Amino acid sequence: MTLQLDSKIPSGPIQDKWESRKFDSKLVNPANKRKYKVLVVGSGLAGASAASSLAELGYQVECFCHNDSPRRAHSIAAQGGINAAKNYRNDGDSVWRLFYDTVKGGDFRAREANVYRLAQVSVDIIDQAVAQGVPFAREYGGLLDNRSFGGAQVSRTFYARGQTGQQLLLGAYSALSRQIGLGAVKMYSRTEMLDLVVVDGHAKGIIVRDLVTGELREYAGDAVVLATGGYGNVFYLSTNAMNCNVTAGWRVHKRGAGFANPCYTQIHPTCIPVSGDHQSKLTLMSESLRNDGRIWVPKQQGDKREPGQIPEDERDYYLERKYPSFGNLAPRDIASRAAKEACDSGRGVGETGLGVYLDFKDSINRLGKDAIAARYGNLFHMYSKITAEDPYSRPMRIYPAVHYTMGGVWVDYNLQSTIPGLFVLGEANFSDHGANRLGASALMQGLADGYFVIPNTIAGYLAEQKPGAVGADHPQFGKIRGEIDDLTKRLLSIQGKRTVDDFHRDLGKIMWDKCGMARNDAGLREALKEIPALREEFWKDVRVLGSADSLNQSLEKAGRVADFLEFGELMCRDALERRESCGGHFREEWQSDDGEAVRDDDDFCHAAVWEHKGPGEEPERNVEPLEFDNVKLAVRSYK
Amino acid sequence: MKVVLHIWRQSRPSTSQDFGQDGKMVRYELDDVSADMSFLEMLDILNERLTAKGEEPVAFDHDCREGICGTCSLMINGRPHGPERGTTACQLHMRSFQDGSEIWIEPWRAKSFPVLRDLVVDRGAFDRVVQAGAFISVNTGAAVDANAMPVPKADADKAFDAATCIGCGACVAACKNASAMLFAGAKVSHFLHLPQGQAERDRRVLNLVETMDKEGFGNCTNQYECEAACPKEIPVRVIADMNREYNRARIKS
Ligand SMILES: Cc1cc2nc3c(=O)[nH]c(=O)nc-3n(C[C@H](O)[C@H](O)[C@H](O)COP(=O)(O)OP(=O)(O)OC[C@H]3O[C@@H](n4cnc5c(N)ncnc54)[C@H](O)[C@@H]3O)c2cc1C
Ligand code: FES
Repeated sequence: MTLQLDSKIPSGPIQDKWESRKFDSKLVNPANKRKYKVLVVGSGLAGASAASSLAELGYQVECFCHNDSPRRAHSIAAQGGINAAKNYRNDGDSVWRLFYDTVKGGDFRAREANVYRLAQVSVDIIDQAVAQGVPFAREYGGLLDNRSFGGAQVSRTFYARGQTGQQLLLGAYSALSRQIGLGAVKMYSRTEMLDLVVVDGHAKGIIVRDLVTGELREYAGDAVVLATGGYGNVFYLSTNAMNCNVTAGWRVHKRGAGFANPCYTQIHPTCIPVSGDHQSKLTLMSESLRNDGRIWVPKQQGDKREPGQIPEDERDYYLERKYPSFGNLAPRDIASRAAKEACDSGRGVGETGLGVYLDFKDSINRLGKDAIAARYGNLFHMYSKITAEDPYSRPMRIYPAVHYTMGGVWVDYNLQSTIPGLFVLGEANFSDHGANRLGASALMQGLADGYFVIPNTIAGYLAEQKPGAVGADHPQFGKIRGEIDDLTKRLLSIQGKRTVDDFHRDLGKIMWDKCGMARNDAGLREALKEIPALREEFWKDVRVLGSADSLNQSLEKAGRVADFLEFGELMCRDALERRESCGGHFREEWQSDDGEAVRDDDDFCHAAVWEHKGPGEEPERNVEPLEFDNVKLAVRSYK
Repeated sequence: MKVVLHIWRQSRPSTSQDFGQDGKMVRYELDDVSADMSFLEMLDILNERLTAKGEEPVAFDHDCREGICGTCSLMINGRPHGPERGTTACQLHMRSFQDGSEIWIEPWRAKSFPVLRDLVVDRGAFDRVVQAGAFISVNTGAAVDANAMPVPKADADKAFDAATCIGCGACVAACKNASAMLFAGAKVSHFLHLPQGQAERDRRVLNLVETMDKEGFGNCTNQYECEAACPKEIPVRVIADMNREYNRARIKS
């Protein structure tokens, strides 16, 4: 093992760890803060909250995003809600329970200390958002409302209709905008980070491409914060926004940052099924719908009757049957596999047979159509736009789709990667969700990282650095910029026959078939042959038109797909080496008689952290052992 | 089905206010279009075919493809986001068009939104309006308990209705004056209906109006085209809210 994986977890009881870290950490005195410059890449929930909070503290901040405005980061699309251990319901919730649910939900593959801190600061996030004017749903008494999400038996999810991500991001964006207006943050939109500059082992800057003029530029800083989101689009089809990508995370990995658990991907059970080859992305139907919708398939194989014609006793409400205590609110990995199983057994619905029903009839009868419309109106509208079907009168058809990636750049308790000075937040890091994320916990994590964790932990690093020690005139900047320039020229000079999307689709198919909802040794080994072959063909036969010195969307995509073609291989390798099933990582060889995931805690109770060894070299697998002192390692049961 | 497309092509950022100067409409024919395709998937196919022929694909902005990020911004047959009410271009499906249709696709046209290439415009002016005051000044960590300040549900709902604006710019594109009143009004109305928004209410509205003028957005002459074009159906009452707030703040100052 060559990576230094010191998790830097503070000692002491779990309840006191965060307080003691804040107390032990070195501070930067207020007058000195303005001498330090922090580069924040990403303006989603994690990036926008970090950039604004750091600027409020007095640091000079420069923030970058590839979208045309920070407000359009992928976080905007989150629908269902955000968890917090407020216990406003008096239903037995607590910081401890949120911690416990998250560790268990992650199938015991997350770091306890991080998860506990997440649960602790969750309550402050809601306060912060409300103070910013985020219009969460309220009850008639004027107090905040809650709903339930999967993997929990309490109601702790705060929401803003089906647009929670939008409202939270607009809150963070307004805080960021305030700092931009004050001149404390310099914002660079339509600007893509293409590489990290490491000087004497420390992250000291980035190379970016201005997506309008094509110009490559260098930015130096005293620390770099990456909040660049997840890599679900390696599958081509996912619920992620079209421009989400792994480039920032992958390129820092190639510069020395360990990448943890890349095979942990979340397949969300309730998405609108694929309708044809033209499909460019998949649309999520929020998990919150499972509060009021019941999932079923016909009991009989090949039953092609209209759903309304199938009598109650010929329906299989399979989640309620298999998991009576959680029912339709079973966690995502479990609900997805159950849907796959139902369809694999020939009971799937819709033209392709790859679908199950999500039925609101009972809730509409009980609560009335208006009540359902008030809760989920925008989701029902979205569904009917896409399918031309009316979900008020006919059950929705849904199927699992790639949604979220738990793996990411390895970080310690301070959110610092294996490269000193490089911090990673939000979906881009690996830290809090283990092998499966619970619903409504990504928004919580992104905002926890940005508003509350990084403002505290970054000081410990900066306090030991001389501000402005390395400028963009350092030769390392020019060198790396030259490498990026060469890469761009190479992409434009191939002038082959196949489009970038064509390659991306092929990669997606390999990943979905062999590294998707179920994985096995033989399939992963095939993928490990097919991906390098596809990559080689890409570099011989891709066609990218246009020039490097203008707005060129094919070129942007080509760079991202080139990285996916390398990254996909690491995912399959990680999936192959993890010889157990846990959470979203289901290895067919490790399952119980009734098809549940079987973990191997003796050999795999650890995070796998990959180290890049240079082009053409095999990456090295390092491990960070996970210790469970507060939650007992147990078989996860939702029965 | 088959469609005939007329698409604005422009290879460099606009250099003048005269739209005709920098680009032109180009005709394309596309067959094998499926009614289940989204409008943007239809453009994807066009781009795949153009690339195969060695012609540069059409640049257009998009990201979420589910009507929430506000990135897509197409003028379709003279209407922002096309023919369907309450629908963004990315949520529009080809089943809304007839076989053999001719479809004209252009970028947003407004002085404050210069064209960068083909169908892509620069909406940075919206960000600058927000930076001028569309926020509540509360630093991280300074908040009181979320339930310390109850908000009547009716007020919260009003605030929410305004807050659903996705900042796409359709309102500006639809308005013959290229006014941003619906956009800015939505911001004012959102904060106006919340107790947290009261402290800065005067300053906010004055700064927003001043910045809109500076950015070159036009005045509102009550045409209501913005409301009809808004994919989130933000009502023009937010403009009334904003006018009332503006007059109030002016009198006080
Ligand atoms: C449809 C959908 C619904 C969801 N619903 C929920 C929900 O209800 N509750 C919940 O908790 N979670 C939900 N999630 C998950 C959650 O939305 C995301 O995990 C979370 O928003 C990620 O936030 P982030 O800040 O880490 O990254 P993002 O929001 O993805 O932001 C990434 C940022 O990085 C920038 N960026 C990326 N690469 C580069 C680069 N190379 N150079 C410059 N900038 C770059 C982008 O421009 C963007 O600003 C949902 C996800 C999806 C897909
Ligand atoms: S692409 Fe996001 S709203 Fe259309």
